Amino acid sequence: MPDLLLDIRGLETQFKTTNGTVHAVNGIALGLKEGETLGVVGESGCGKSVSMLSMLKLIPSPPGKVTAGQAFFSGQDLLKMSNEEIRHIRGSQISMIFQDPMTSFNPVLTIGRQVAEPLEVHMGMNREQATKRVIDLLDMVGISQAKERINDYPHQFSGGMRQRVMIAMALACMPQILIADEPTTALDVTIQAQIIDLVKRLRDELGMAIIWITHDLGIVAGLAKRVVVMYAGYFIEEASVKELYGNPQHPYTLGLLGSLPRMDSDQRNRLVSIDGLPPVLYETPEYCPFAPRCQYAIERCRQENPSLQVVAPDHRAACWVDPQTGRAR
Amino acid sequence: MTATNNSILLHVDNLVKHFPIMQGIIIQKQIGAVHAVDGVSFDVRSGETLGLVGESGCGKSTAGRTILQLYRPTAGSVCFGGVDLVNLRGNAMRRMRRQMQMIFQDPYASLNPRMTVGEIIGEPLIIHNVGTRKEIDERVENLLELVGLDPAFSNRYPHEFSGGQRQRIGVARALALQPKLIICDEPISALDVSIQAQVINLLEDLQQQFNLTYVFIAHDLSVVRHISDRVAVMYLGVIVELANRKDLYEDALHPYTQALLSAVPIPDPVVEEKRRRTILQGDVPSPVNPPSGCRFRTRCPIAQEICAQQRPEWREVKPGHFVACHLA
Repeated sequence: MPDLLLDIRGLETQFKTTNGTVHAVNGIALGLKEGETLGVVGESGCGKSVSMLSMLKLIPSPPGKVTAGQAFFSGQDLLKMSNEEIRHIRGSQISMIFQDPMTSFNPVLTIGRQVAEPLEVHMGMNREQATKRVIDLLDMVGISQAKERINDYPHQFSGGMRQRVMIAMALACMPQILIADEPTTALDVTIQAQIIDLVKRLRDELGMAIIWITHDLGIVAGLAKRVVVMYAGYFIEEASVKELYGNPQHPYTLGLLGSLPRMDSDQRNRLVSIDGLPPVLYETPEYCPFAPRCQYAIERCRQENPSLQVVAPDHRAACWVDPQTGRAR
Repeated sequence: MTATNNSILLHVDNLVKHFPIMQGIIIQKQIGAVHAVDGVSFDVRSGETLGLVGESGCGKSTAGRTILQLYRPTAGSVCFGGVDLVNLRGNAMRRMRRQMQMIFQDPYASLNPRMTVGEIIGEPLIIHNVGTRKEIDERVENLLELVGLDPAFSNRYPHEFSGGQRQRIGVARALALQPKLIICDEPISALDVSIQAQVINLLEDLQQQFNLTYVFIAHDLSVVRHISDRVAVMYLGVIVELANRKDLYEDALHPYTQALLSAVPIPDPVVEEKRRRTILQGDVPSPVNPPSGCRFRTRCPIAQEICAQQRPEWREVKPGHFVACHLA
């Protein structure tokens, strides 16, 4: 499909550990259009960060290894690129912002130097040009007195401000894709609202595509157009945001939505809890990885691992059972 | 969940906790103080859940710990069942502690890694000299069963459990002495979404079974709405608004509460599309040197001159609905 900006196919990542090989990402496929915002939702350890890091060849090897798959970005396979080649993509055409704004900066360099680095490396600017651009960028993300603040060090900024600086750094080279890996998880809600507001504004101004990784179904509801839900290294459901929340078709998605108390309702229904724990996969399962926790599981779920199937227009789910009726699809 | 009687179990009056900031190595002198909790008053009725919400650094955890006298308050009083805890020492204090327990945020840091689960849950019973060795073992087994763990786990160590299971161990320990009041300090913040629901359901079941009173400290406003009967909102060491759950969430009067509520994302794209957000500017000021007058005025969208001059009075605007704002 030529109109896709990013086209990931069959991506698999494994980690060698003393207990065996952990199958962290198990053959995910993903297409991202220009300017689209995609939410990737899942609990800790489900492989949502690892899949994005794999695509950018940021998985430390050993112990990690991308064992299969392709990731086409404007016609080129990122996974086949040399380290030198992919460095030109990372930070200039695809950039990433991280969860922890406290540890993602170098504490002994000024903010100005760190934001200027991608400009000098990727766009060949000299120091003077870069500094000018840094001040513009910091202005853009809402840091007041940017001219003075470029000489400050990371510890002189609050968490929310640091996250703004990180966004400025990620957007320095006007990337086509911004990957946001839980950028607001460490922040308070009022600061989180500021950051989401900022990203939305910049998205509309600059027209970049966003992949927003989060465990918070609330953030995705207001931000993304399309959502994928991940579990144990698999994509288990994919749909437009309204379809996913209005008509969830995988029991795990259903459980996640049911386990969230709603702030806008006064009902005090007992929360739906999903019993048990997410698995750590040491081999490719011959069964649905969610089956042990699933209340709808039938015999087939324990024998065969379902793949994503179209269940409604623009809606795919990997489940043998229709949770709305409780019968096999 | 609903209060079976309206007797007041805990009465907190003008509670203040300042942490001194010292300078100098040998000759130390105090050069300032962190105003962590700065005049907080509320009642908790027997059998109810009071939610205490606010952003990080607003003093909600310090308030919880000061109520239990884990920190000695700088000023103010804490009455538990009619007894003022502030002046209690030694044995008298220890006897009171049996009735008040705490569940901590981090299930990884709050359990001693060198003790077995059985020892952890049995320790309060040994300290308070409740029962013989055999009775304690039986009680530990009961407690494990009560929180949904296999009694056979009592010989295992904390690292063998997942986060959710560890939090259940923390709950069992808090229940060991059959307390009346449990202060839950962000008990679910460190857990994954699907596990959070398990722990919330457990806390609700236990409350019904034993008529427990909770002070539920959290920053997640959705969870607090779900679990609380009444909710207090803290900002920079003071409570800005307190009301029953429905009034607070549907008819918030303080501009901070309004902004806080509007900042919380709702997991429904149809609702999200229609929402209008009040985005607060800037960060929470430092509690070392809090703003004059109303603490919130530096970020308040409707602040006026009076807000900088006078500290707003804590007043009851509707029965049971308190707010500290000049303009509300």
